[in-house]
Amino acid sequence: MTPRFLPYALLLPATLFLLVFFLYPFVQIAVLAFSGPEGFTLQHVQTMTSHWKFGTALTNTIVLAAIVVPIQLVMALSMASIVTKLKTGRSAILYIFTIPLGLSDLAAGIIWLAIFEQSGFLNSVLYGLGIIEQPILFLGYQNIWVIFLAVILAEVWRATAIVMVILVSGMGLIPREYYEAAEVFGASPWKRFVKITLPMLRPSLQSALILRTLAAFEVFAVVVALGGTTLPVLMGETFQWQFALQDRNVASAYALVILAISIASTLFFLRVLRVPKEARI
Amino acid sequence: MAEIVIKNVAKSFGSFKALHSIDLTISDQEFMVLLGASGCGKTTLLRIVAGLETPTQGEVWIGGRRVDHLPPRERGIAMVFQNYAVFPHLTVFENIAFGLRMKKLPQAEIDGRVTRTAELMHIEQLLKRYSGQLSGGQRQRVAVARALAMEPDVILMDEPLSNLDALLRLEMRAELKGVLAASKTTTIYVTHDQVEAMSLADRISVMNQGRIVQAATPVEVYRNPAARFVGSFIGNPPMNFIPATREGEGRWNVAGITVEGPDAGRERLDFAIRPEDVDIAPGGLKATARVVEPLGAHTLVTTEVNGAMFRAVLDSDIRVSPGDELSLVPKPDRVRWFDPETTAAV
Ligand SMILES: Nc1ncnc2c1ncn2[C@@H]1O[C@H](COP(=O)(O)OP(=O)(O)O)[C@@H](O)[C@H]1O
Ligand SMILES: [Mg+2]
Repeated sequence: MTPRFLPYALLLPATLFLLVFFLYPFVQIAVLAFSGPEGFTLQHVQTMTSHWKFGTALTNTIVLAAIVVPIQLVMALSMASIVTKLKTGRSAILYIFTIPLGLSDLAAGIIWLAIFEQSGFLNSVLYGLGIIEQPILFLGYQNIWVIFLAVILAEVWRATAIVMVILVSGMGLIPREYYEAAEVFGASPWKRFVKITLPMLRPSLQSALILRTLAAFEVFAVVVALGGTTLPVLMGETFQWQFALQDRNVASAYALVILAISIASTLFFLRVLRVPKEARI
Repeated sequence: MAEIVIKNVAKSFGSFKALHSIDLTISDQEFMVLLGASGCGKTTLLRIVAGLETPTQGEVWIGGRRVDHLPPRERGIAMVFQNYAVFPHLTVFENIAFGLRMKKLPQAEIDGRVTRTAELMHIEQLLKRYSGQLSGGQRQRVAVARALAMEPDVILMDEPLSNLDALLRLEMRAELKGVLAASKTTTIYVTHDQVEAMSLADRISVMNQGRIVQAATPVEVYRNPAARFVGSFIGNPPMNFIPATREGEGRWNVAGITVEGPDAGRERLDFAIRPEDVDIAPGGLKATARVVEPLGAHTLVTTEVNGAMFRAVLDSDIRVSPGDELSLVPKPDRVRWFDPETTAAV
């Protein structure tokens, strides 16, 4: 075999694997979502969109992502900047920060449930301090915003570290000489961050944001643990239709919606954080 | 006006002393070259002046202001880095404008200065390009233009030509000399290349293992090395040294011949002579030619005197073959003497 084809040959098994286990189910889902007894139909899509929970689930999912991801980005950027400057104890700090990554999202949801529920940690503390007379029902359907807040907290707590780890490694790739040049030519620490770190970090920012946003659109277990079905999200609805309502077609339509907004956001980040070929390091 | 005064500056990295108590004054508009072998502390000293490194002790003054506790941006300096550090995500224009934007100069002023320095460095047609689309030589020009555009009091350069190929280096060297002389800045220029140092410097500071051994004009450093190290480091081929013993009042025995020298009240000195400062004449050092290398204008003859290597640069008219016995007479006014213990010039 000529060396020219070798890389492709080596990639072939992985490519086949992807095709079989991604493309095939994808096609199946698309077929399920759009086919009825008489062939092609928009019936399932209509069922989905006309259901009262659809709009709420879509809005909740997008709003959650729009709040969680920027918070994580800002936190991860600050943390990564600090960690990168550390001379000693850097790996120890990184390990500590990444502990939540070892937990499944359901476990994370349950931990935060233990904090917020009626007999939970927060109530005990408030009661113990004499701030409240009796335990408060934080996660009830009357105060949906508390559930919202709890989900945001849990998500930030759980998945900021992955963004940070990506950014730390990206910052490590920026040669120190650029910072020194910027410093000599008058850039304050903040200006160096804005003029050197951020633009040169674009490839890592891109990866981190795409990864996190996609995961945010698929938020499920944390929401279920903290709010049951009080706070509908797209993934939760998919689950509902598939298993509770036993309608695989509508569930597939939901899955396609998640896929569509995921692709849209991916394209958005690819475009906005694109580094022109001539401007790469 | 920007005189640079370095007072008693030392720098340790852990237990390793990179710089031992450096004292150096660089006058306003002077072109000072720090010359020394790799690892002798040139970059460290330059970075201390720039503010990119903090000295373990000592003071740095620029233009009458003590700056060693100020960040680089408050020192009135600009720098050309060894690997250029041209920002890859900015165009050439924005690279040159970087420092000016940080100073918040008006756009018209920025445009003017960028255009002027770009023309000076002959890169005006590259202003829209990115660093990735430039050759090493062009990147180098951008780095210099970026420094000049700041109109700084002091320009610091760390081996700015070392990454260029030989021909380009020669061209840039001449150009830098002209441009920097016209800009009236005080310059500290680091290099390990003695030819570069000789051709550019008003004064050269020869460094060795974290110390400045001699700071003087290029001719002075070449003709009157302050220490044996300077004589052996500068000059290609370097100075010849022969141990000498005292014969009497101001007379020294050098490999069998008598040479007039100082009467330093010592029994032993090192006799030193540059390879081009010997003539073939009777009554000189007895030398056996070993290797003969014709270099065009001159012929380099490596000989053995008293069992030790001795190099002579002779006129190329003189016919010498390996094995020939030569008699090499040192030019009396070019003979130098060094103390064998302190290695200092006598
Ligand atoms: N950040 C550092 N940490 C430890 N040692 C260093 C550091 N910077 C320089 N050194 C050491 O200090 C000495 C002088 O270095 P440098 O100033 O870069 O030499 P030069 O520029 O003359 O080649 C070298 O032995 C080098 O290994
Ligand atoms: Mg160096």
